[in-house]
Amino acid sequence: MGERLLFFVLAIVAILSAGGVVFSRNPVRSALLLVLNFFTLALIYFTLSAQFIGALQVIVYAGAIMVLFLFVIMLLNLGSPDAMPSERDLKRPLAYLIGFGILATLVAQSLALMIPGAPQASPDVGTARVIGLALFTQWAYPLLLMGALLTVGVIGSILLARRRVS
Amino acid sequence: MTLADFGWAIVRIAIMLGFLLGVLPVVIWTERRVLAWFQNRIGPNRLGPFGLLQPMADAAKLFFKEEIVPANADRLIWALAPALSLFPALVAAATIPWGPNRLLTPVADVDIGLLYFLAMSSLAAYGVLLAGWSSNNKYSLLGGLRASAQVISYELGMGLALATAVLASGSFRMTTIVEMQAEPLWGVVPFLHNWLIFTPWGLVGGALFFICMLAETNRAPFDLPEAESELVAGYQTEYSSMKFAAFFMGEYIAILAICGIMTTCFLGGYLAPINFSPIQALGEQGGFWGVLATLTGALMPPFWFVLKLFGLFFGFLWIRATLLRLRYDQLMNLGWRFLIPVGLVNLALLTVYMIWGWVPSLIGYAVAIALYFATVGARKPERRTVALAREAQPYRPKEA
Repeated sequence: MGERLLFFVLAIVAILSAGGVVFSRNPVRSALLLVLNFFTLALIYFTLSAQFIGALQVIVYAGAIMVLFLFVIMLLNLGSPDAMPSERDLKRPLAYLIGFGILATLVAQSLALMIPGAPQASPDVGTARVIGLALFTQWAYPLLLMGALLTVGVIGSILLARRRVS
Repeated sequence: MTLADFGWAIVRIAIMLGFLLGVLPVVIWTERRVLAWFQNRIGPNRLGPFGLLQPMADAAKLFFKEEIVPANADRLIWALAPALSLFPALVAAATIPWGPNRLLTPVADVDIGLLYFLAMSSLAAYGVLLAGWSSNNKYSLLGGLRASAQVISYELGMGLALATAVLASGSFRMTTIVEMQAEPLWGVVPFLHNWLIFTPWGLVGGALFFICMLAETNRAPFDLPEAESELVAGYQTEYSSMKFAAFFMGEYIAILAICGIMTTCFLGGYLAPINFSPIQALGEQGGFWGVLATLTGALMPPFWFVLKLFGLFFGFLWIRATLLRLRYDQLMNLGWRFLIPVGLVNLALLTVYMIWGWVPSLIGYAVAIALYFATVGARKPERRTVALAREAQPYRPKEA
């Protein structure tokens, strides 16, 4: 009972903050609401006993990436986006299409879980040990590929940031 | 969760917050008296015994100060920032065990204890960053930007240092990390504990962590975000009254929490310096030995924990009184070019120990140290004459 109540409170906060990210006119407030959204998502992960993912969500998204986003927004001192030209090309309908597509998939997935007899996750599925074992045995090759991708990103950023020595 | 569990959780939270807030005046008083001692002056000694009531008087004074909001400040975020810097500090200590009694400590003995701490400390950047931005003051903004860049950079080194504790104990759980250190030293010396700091990887990791925790809490010599000589008071320039006090409290509570992490991961947590377990065995006879066993087994561990905590805090003060503030490029070089490579090599050699035993690992350490002094350490320090007026300019690539 308490857990369900907690879930609904967190879900409402998450939805409201996600809406705020889109509708806020102030880029700094948008970014802050996104942080709040990530944080509530992490709390929802905790209530679903996926602690490891919840902690990583806060460390990586709320802690590192969003600090960088805010950093850039503050450094460039972006104003409200009134002056931005409205885009008349294909981007907008395409964005609607993809967005609603993802929403439909998510709804279908969560409805499928409500069917009695659907597979349920074991309670220790979210611990670091289980995730580590899966990553380094079953998913070792995708993990190595991701590592290579990240290394390429790091090398690229170093090349971009390198002092140009004549 | 039954009602009793809930009640015990409330008790645990109350004890932790009570300790953190109750010890705060003592910590601030210690800092001022110790700094005064280092600088050959007296420090606050008038109010109460040894001046112990001085922080209370300061708090009362701050409470009644007028609060001035800068014009054109983003009022909502401006008011939110002190709370955002206080909140992560207050909750970060929730997974630290300060005694052997699992009903009283830690608040939450979760599987991801260390990750939880890293998550909370990574949120600490927001308070400072937002305070700097929303004040609408160039000094505040520079302070906030510096703080966030510094915290992001040193978080990596801190994570690498903590990873040694995780690898050595095989768990993110804080209580497991402490239990791992309760074993005999190096597996052979029975009357001492195997604190992580006594192993080569623990020594390197502990040193890295100590440097990173100075930087994470924005303390000297890494206090660039509030460098008085350049930035007035950095991100807190425009704050007054209780909002300023909130930043102040957040800073000191964060220091306590991070010292607690260092104590737990590298200095054996609540374990005594000597192994008292023979007394525990004797304690079953009752009488004098029984009293001694209760004393060493149940009552003393929190004392050891607080002693180590204050020892580390004294280290903070010692460094603050001794070292000069780094320049910004020195700060970044230290973080990215020294701490992170050292942390990576240290982790690699720890895994060598875990797979092939301690002989190849020690050889590896010797080779790594020799290589360092043969290459980077042998380089003569760069000597250059700079015109200060030009050096103070932001970096621009030279036109050829």
